Amino acid sequence: MSKQPILEIENLHAGVENKQILKGFNLTINAGEVHALMGLNGSGKSTLAAILAGRDGYDVTEGTVKYLGKDLLELDPEERAREGVFLAFQYPVEIPGVNSTYFLKAALNEIRKSKGQPELDAIEFLELVKDKIKLLELKDDLLKRSVNEGFSGGEKKRNEIFQMAVLEPRLAILDETDSGLDIDALKIVSTGVNKLKRPDSAQLVITHYQRLLNYIVPDFVHVMADGRIVKSGGKDLALELEANGYEAILKS
Amino acid sequence: MSTATDTIESLVKQEYKYGFVTDVESESTPPGLNEDTIRHISTKKNEPVWLTDWRIKAFRYWQTMKEPTWQFVKYPKIDFQDISYFSQPKPKGDAPKSLDEVDPKLLETYEKLGIPLRERGRLAGVAVDAIFDSVSVGTTYREDLAKKGIIFCSFSEAVHNHPDLVKKYLGSVVPYTDNYYAALNSAVFTDGSFCYIPKGVRCPMELSTYFRINAAKSGQFERTLIVADESASVSYLEGCTAPMRDENQLHAAVVELVALDQAEIKYSTVQNWYPGDENGVGGIYNFVTKRGLCKGKNSRITWTQVETGSAITWKYPSCILLGDGSKGEFYSVAVVNNMQQADTGTKMIHIGKNTKSTIVSKGISAGRGQNSYRGLVEIRKSAANSRNFSQCDSMLIGAKCGAHTFPYIEVKNTSSSVEHEASTSKIGEDQIFYCNARGLSTQDAVNMIVNGFCKEVFKELPMEFAVEAQKLLGVSLEGSVG
Ligand SMILES: Nc1ncnc2c1ncn2[C@@H]1O[C@H](COP(=O)(O)OP(=O)(O)OP(=O)(O)O)[C@@H](O)[C@H]1O
Ligand SMILES: [Mg+2]
Repeated sequence: MSKQPILEIENLHAGVENKQILKGFNLTINAGEVHALMGLNGSGKSTLAAILAGRDGYDVTEGTVKYLGKDLLELDPEERAREGVFLAFQYPVEIPGVNSTYFLKAALNEIRKSKGQPELDAIEFLELVKDKIKLLELKDDLLKRSVNEGFSGGEKKRNEIFQMAVLEPRLAILDETDSGLDIDALKIVSTGVNKLKRPDSAQLVITHYQRLLNYIVPDFVHVMADGRIVKSGGKDLALELEANGYEAILKS
Repeated sequence: MSTATDTIESLVKQEYKYGFVTDVESESTPPGLNEDTIRHISTKKNEPVWLTDWRIKAFRYWQTMKEPTWQFVKYPKIDFQDISYFSQPKPKGDAPKSLDEVDPKLLETYEKLGIPLRERGRLAGVAVDAIFDSVSVGTTYREDLAKKGIIFCSFSEAVHNHPDLVKKYLGSVVPYTDNYYAALNSAVFTDGSFCYIPKGVRCPMELSTYFRINAAKSGQFERTLIVADESASVSYLEGCTAPMRDENQLHAAVVELVALDQAEIKYSTVQNWYPGDENGVGGIYNFVTKRGLCKGKNSRITWTQVETGSAITWKYPSCILLGDGSKGEFYSVAVVNNMQQADTGTKMIHIGKNTKSTIVSKGISAGRGQNSYRGLVEIRKSAANSRNFSQCDSMLIGAKCGAHTFPYIEVKNTSSSVEHEASTSKIGEDQIFYCNARGLSTQDAVNMIVNGFCKEVFKELPMEFAVEAQKLLGVSLEGSVG
């Protein structure tokens, strides 16, 4: 039996105004898999993540992206989220005045509504998130505060994964979730991510550091340069990269 | 990210829900303003001579005044001769003895606006005085209130039934000499609400006036007077809507509040006059003078306003803190979208000792709207140990709108303190996208952010109106992003 593809990106060319950023990007991610995407600064990793999540302002000039067999690029960002695409932001955004719990409850209820499930009230929601709070060892007061407002860098990242834990996406894209985390937080967050792995879901983990991949063990590692994947391999590729640097890989 | 800014600016209006016209035959005086017009109004209302004289004095004074120009709003010169100063639905036979006898068309109008007046289906816990153009249609729950000695009726009835109270307090907070539009109002006011809460009585329900302008070419000039006697308390609400018309219509009201020793008055407004279309055609000019006098010791007046309507909003609900230990509060949300303009804020005049005032103003600008906060905090020499806290926050949605702040502070003694905080923020494309990426639509995201911004003000509104206000805000900003 062949595996179910979650995400199929074919020959994707995209950019902003007159700048071409993705230049023929190909990647297929199947259910149950964890893929790591590495690459030099400015090679286009966040751009890819943004395009997958549906951020405005990018022009796709060529290629296709399928999510669970559907044309992903057709969908509005909120529709993608409701269908199970989740982006953990490299720079989570502060939303002053909007309570974190209220925000996440609204998000979860949107997803539930689109699945035809009843919405949760505040009490049911709190019951549901209790375990997830523990999982990520989140400080309770964070949920009483405004979304990301005044959170430390590490708290913001942890909060992203907490949201992921609550929303239970089919496809999670983690954009440099490890940067800015201290070593303890890194372990907690990785444990969290690993626990969220399910046979019917997949993860795309963008990182610069092999360190993260000690905890979140990828099935595949891809190296990106100048808008496309230039090398793919197993988890050893990350080790090789760590030892020899990009130069060596790009030349080989 | 060119499309990002485009989406934020693709501001379209949402249909104004209350823009219908009620098809009733009305009798309006022909446009024009002179002493005869005023005598005509006074005669129509069968007023005592002292009131006619007061109106005439106000009119003569008004004629000596010049329209002010310091406000940060622009509008073509108003032709005061082109306005009809009195318009009422044509009475059918005898005057209705109870609300159930009122012209069904009028009752329907209020029903459509969500304000059922008939005995059955009335809003629970809220007594309503419904003002239609220049006259009061009726007041609900008056008998229940009367049992507690509370007077709640139209201004015209009060003039006849409680002349002493009216005579004593009319113009005592806003004299006709106060300003241009207050003088005009004093000359031509037609109706309004009157409310008196006797000593020691806490009003058991919300009192509310619902203003509706229906007739074309008319202005609405109403007068509200609320007096809370010693240790009395009352919570009062004001709502307003008007049909969509291409012409601008003037609404120049005066509201006076008087709080005696230990009395408390909470006055809340949800203002939703027709704002005009997205090109700025039509809409109400809302030029209103609202002022409260904390006359007695430890009295307290709270103004809460949510201003989403009107082409132009220009008003400063204020407090004169005369009694020692009195408190004045002003909580405001003012929204401008499309071509709307607002110049609003408050004045807190500290005269008594140990007086306190709080100002929380939230201005939201979208479209090409211009929103100004203008506030005066004056602490006089006599007002030892007084305190003020002011917070003025502005939020911008899109790049073509404006927010302006004009705070004036005068402190004349050394034992008092004044604190002023201000901030300006934008709803960023980043914030919207972050919400989208979590499954929330752009409209819901904007509502959530805007409501978060206004939280401190909404929590001052009576419960059910807070919910209304939140919805209203959502409608006013519908389409302002994305
Ligand atoms: N909106 C934009 N306007 C102009 N240039 C952009 C825009 N977005 C991305 N770029 C450019 O595209 C390139 C790829 O950026 P991207 O953020 O995708 O890189 P990245 O691989 O995530 O880098 P890093 O490892 O530093 O996070 C960079 O040169 C960046 O400056
Ligand atoms: Mg990046």
